[in-house]
Order: sequence, then structure tokens, then C-alpha cells
Amino acid sequence: MADTRRPLSPHMQIYKWQVQMVTSILHRATGIALAVGTLLVVWGLLALAGGESHFDQFKTCIGSPLGIALLVGWSWALFYHLCNGIRHLVQDTGAGYAIPQFVRSSWLSVIVSLVLVILVWAWVLTTGGAA
Amino acid sequence: MSANAKDLRHPLKRARGLGSAQSGVGHWWTQRITAAALILLGVWFVITVLSLLHADYATAKAAVAKPWNALLLILFIVTMFWHAVLGLQVVIEDYVHTRWKEVVLLVAIKFLAVLCALAGVLAVLRIALGVGP
Repeated sequence: MADTRRPLSPHMQIYKWQVQMVTSILHRATGIALAVGTLLVVWGLLALAGGESHFDQFKTCIGSPLGIALLVGWSWALFYHLCNGIRHLVQDTGAGYAIPQFVRSSWLSVIVSLVLVILVWAWVLTTGGAA
Repeated sequence: MSANAKDLRHPLKRARGLGSAQSGVGHWWTQRITAAALILLGVWFVITVLSLLHADYATAKAAVAKPWNALLLILFIVTMFWHAVLGLQVVIEDYVHTRWKEVVLLVAIKFLAVLCALAGVLAVLRIALGVGP
């Protein structure tokens, strides 16, 4: 390493975790998860077009414990990416960059996405069980 | 011209608006446009899926076959894969530092996305047009 007296950029472990970091990382992570989830949408449509036995097979798979777990994860990923995506679109206009606003909107994305996923699954469960 | 007096770039460079990466703001802008479309289409998709939660095969198929639903589903599929490719492209460009692996992955996700998008669109069309089982 060059012998310089200029300050070096601290590496990742140095940083204290802040909600703005989490929302940024989660936006990418949920985006990747949703990209995989697109395959489920296509699988469902192919099953529907393929006939009743294919569709029943699809319903059995997504109704299995693993299927439900994946659906809960994907639905949260969708709501989070949706909420935080709207936040990013607002920020793209130049709004909300003051640190307190930035922190507040970060928490808003996380909390609203959790509320939405709980509401949706509460609705699913109260209308007669999943799948 | 006074505003451009200090600009050392050729006017043609400014007119083309492609910047140093030679690709301009096309990727960025398309990502935002597809995102805005997906707010509407995504909310519609979730509501539609929830309304069909306990539907049997015939009901689900009839719902997809409705013209508006078929149209919005096709729009949703195309926009979703488009947005997914743009997002995955950035992730790959950021984290894959071996050039040949990067290029292979970038091409692979595009092939896969086009394949899956067309498969999804074809499935909707088969249902909407009443072709097949």
C-alpha cells in the first residue's frame, strides 16, 4: 500500500448498521428474488393453459408447506420492492434527500411492506386457508 | 452560447447526449418507466390473484380469458421481464468482475427472459383464444 497520509475509506465492517443501508441492500435482494419469482407466474400460466391436471399439480406445489413459505417470502419481497420502488421514484424527482426525511421514508418502506404482507395473508387465511 | 462558453465538449457530443459510457440515459429511464407501469400492473395482478384464490380450474381459466385480464396479463408479463432484465443487468455489472462471466450472464438472462416472457404470453393467448385443452 502506498505510504500516504490521506484518510482511507473505511471498509464495510466499520459501518454501524443504519436503516438506509438496509433498505438499499434489501431493494436489490428483493429484486433478485422477484426476478426468480417471475418463473412462478409463468409456470402458473403454463399450467392453466396446459389443462386441469397440470393446474392441479401447480396448486399442489404452491399449496405445500415449502410452496406457502416461498409465497410468503415472495409476497413480502413484492410489497417491499413496490414500496421502496415508489420511494426511489419520489427521490428521483430530487425530493426527500434531507437525512431525517431519508431515514423516515426508509422506515416507511419497511413498515408499510410488513403491514401489507400481514394484511394480505390475514385475508388469505380468513377466507378459508391458503391455496 | 454564453452558457456553453466553458464547455470543452463538442456541441455534437452534447446533442447526442450519450455521455462517456456511450449509452446515455436509456437504461435508467426505461427502468423508471417500467417501474411506474409495474406499480399499476403489480397492484392489479395481486388483486386479481387474490380474487381467484380458491377458484377452480374453469373459473381461473375463464378469468384469464376475459379480454381486459388477458391484455393486462400480457402487459404485466412483458413489463415484468423487461424490468427484471434491467435490474439483474445492473447487479451483474456491479458484482461480476470477470469479463467473460459477466458477458455470459448478461446474455443468459436476456435469453431466459425472452424465452419465459414469450412462453407466458403464448400461454395467455392460448387461454384467451380458447386453443388447446
